[in-house]
Amino acid sequence: MSGAKEIKSKIGSVQNTQKITSAMEMVAASKMRRAQDAMAASRPYAENMRNVIGHIALGNLEYRHPYLEEREVKRVGYIVVSTDRGLCGGLNINLFKQVLADAGKHQTAGAEVEFAVVGSKATAFFNNMGANVKAQISGLGDHPSVTDLIGSVRVMLDAYDNGEIDKLYVVYNKFVNTMTQQPTIDQLLPLPKSDDDEIKHRWDYMYEPDAQVLLDQLLVRYTESQVYQGVVENLACEQAARMVAMKAATDNAGDLIDDLQLVYNKARQASITQELSEICAGAAAV
Amino acid sequence: MAAMTVHLNVVSAEEELFSGRIESLQITGSEGELGIMPGHAPLLTSLKPGMARIVKQHGEEEVIYLSGGMLEVQPNNVTVLADIATRVADLDEQAAEQAKQRAEEHLNAHSGDVNYAEAASELARAVAQLRVIQAAKKKL
Repeated sequence: MSGAKEIKSKIGSVQNTQKITSAMEMVAASKMRRAQDAMAASRPYAENMRNVIGHIALGNLEYRHPYLEEREVKRVGYIVVSTDRGLCGGLNINLFKQVLADAGKHQTAGAEVEFAVVGSKATAFFNNMGANVKAQISGLGDHPSVTDLIGSVRVMLDAYDNGEIDKLYVVYNKFVNTMTQQPTIDQLLPLPKSDDDEIKHRWDYMYEPDAQVLLDQLLVRYTESQVYQGVVENLACEQAARMVAMKAATDNAGDLIDDLQLVYNKARQASITQELSEICAGAAAV
Repeated sequence: MAAMTVHLNVVSAEEELFSGRIESLQITGSEGELGIMPGHAPLLTSLKPGMARIVKQHGEEEVIYLSGGMLEVQPNNVTVLADIATRVADLDEQAAEQAKQRAEEHLNAHSGDVNYAEAASELARAVAQLRVIQAAKKKL
């Protein structure tokens, strides 16, 4: 019985792997639903915040906040949001490729690049690459909170305030649907301008109580809400990508088992035939 | 002639509470009560705990409790970015009453470990919730 036993044990091990991947698929599916709810809940806030900030960037304000000034770009900062765990297909790699392409463009224009990373995958990747990593945070879990993120965001904002970086981006996967996750690079600072045509003329707000206090308060909330939204979206993407990847893995394991089963049956049949012919030959010889 | 309207978005960190056209908005700014009508000049202000009374397009009213946040007014668009917002129907009068009593006790206790600012803002929130509930009751 040539190799039949090895084939049998191989089938067993593939079956065990299949059990694990199908369990992971189901876990990811249920986590995805929760992550998607959390993402949908905070999305309107982040979007409206972005709109308001877009209006502010268009206005001719009496108080010129440093976040409003377009400076000559010498150094660029990226806040890269990644997952903490692997086994989620090409999600992280696609994102990193996008970042590197964008960073490469800035580098050819003569600007330096530095990173603040969220999630252990980005930490490992950018440290291996020898990139300039200013801040890192990982282990946010399934329910990230704004307070966990404030530290890393603060580091980049301080760098911006001190003129160490002149442009700040947040990079994350945007959740389109279960099958599609879009790597996205959003400009955080200086404030991106709104494309609302109706308010193109010169104007300024009325402030209550005071422009400086209000803008400081609003801009801090803006950065926090944008980064938080990125993290929440990335989480939903992670679960969706993992679900899809694990489904593919389960299907592949099934195919592999079918193939192996066929090989095993053939081997078994061949050995039976051989034994029979040996018996017949033996009987004839007697 | 139909009344003039403006688009209003009310969002909190957790959900979108209102999005649609309104005839007017009455809201508690940090410096006092504000009335916003269509065509208001651009305005940016922070909000105190209090209520937002929204008059929708066909005269229907809705009252929302806000724990604070920011208000932005553009001629064609009004946005309320609330910290926490609750529709009046979801507010719990008893819980608010208890929170108020608790906050008052804290303020009167005068023990060293009481954070005065925190207790005061908790009291302000509870009082604002009660006022919103009462205002809504009177109307019904």
